[in-house]
Amino acid sequence: MKTLDEFVVLFAEQLDETDPSNVTAQTKFRDLEEWSSLLALSLISMVDEEFDVTLKGDDVKNSETIEDVYNIIVSKK
Amino acid sequence: MTGASSGIGQGCALMAAQMGAKVIVCGRNEERLKETISQLPGEGHSSFAGELTDQTVIEKLVAEIPSLDGVVFSAGISMTAPFTFSTREKFDKVFDVNFFSPIEILRLLVKKKKLVNGASVVFISSVGGNFGFSVGNGIYGASKAALNSMARLCSLELAPKKIRVNSICPGMVVTPLVEGFSENITQEAIQKDMDFYPLKRYGRPEDIAGGVVYLLSEAASWVTGQAICIDGGITAY
Repeated sequence: MKTLDEFVVLFAEQLDETDPSNVTAQTKFRDLEEWSSLLALSLISMVDEEFDVTLKGDDVKNSETIEDVYNIIVSKK
Repeated sequence: MTGASSGIGQGCALMAAQMGAKVIVCGRNEERLKETISQLPGEGHSSFAGELTDQTVIEKLVAEIPSLDGVVFSAGISMTAPFTFSTREKFDKVFDVNFFSPIEILRLLVKKKKLVNGASVVFISSVGGNFGFSVGNGIYGASKAALNSMARLCSLELAPKKIRVNSICPGMVVTPLVEGFSENITQEAIQKDMDFYPLKRYGRPEDIAGGVVYLLSEAASWVTGQAICIDGGITAY
């Protein structure tokens, strides 16, 4: 399974306006200016593709940081 | 009726039986079909269990069933994926069920003369992809747009046989299929979406069944080639 660092890179790839160098495991992604429902769907699709894990909308909403999302993926693996 | 063991299809089977129809319920799960039949008033209902995306199963279905006065295609699956994640694999999965299966069943029903003169064909389509677009709904919407396109075309080509072909385009109806969509969004977003509907609620299977029974009936004998929205007013904006 991919590491947290690899997940952070994959996460940053979904973003359009945020400099990837500013994205870390501790980034509070829902506070990003560009965060949107479309990005939430992209995150769910990316996780499905890369980890074969199905995240729910509420999993994303209940996560604060990127690491929180990664931990949910780990728990579902 | 395809997709008759749950959701809109089950609601349609129930209302059609209440109006006196003998219903052949089709679906994948024999047990669920039997349970559906047990809920139908009246006599003479039957079931056909099988994977209706499988060509040999479709041929078996068409060979086995008697002549039909009406057919309702309600089997469908959902898919949420942003465009950049909309792979051919996902398109194929959704189009096989939502588009190719009903179209092939109808083709063979007509070709094998299993639809009586004056028969009515109803496709359960969607507002999505036809009258309304939302992010992540591309594949599903495209499958339903393709369905509406063929429904309208078939209304012309089958008119000489006095076969009417229409589609019903529901808004969000509370069914197992919509639960599939809902998993990707939050409860909060669902409530917000529901509040956006002029009639302030999602649909129920019987809301759709009313329109289906109308199209099946003689009351709609001059109606063909239409895509009728039953949607709580969402496309009125």
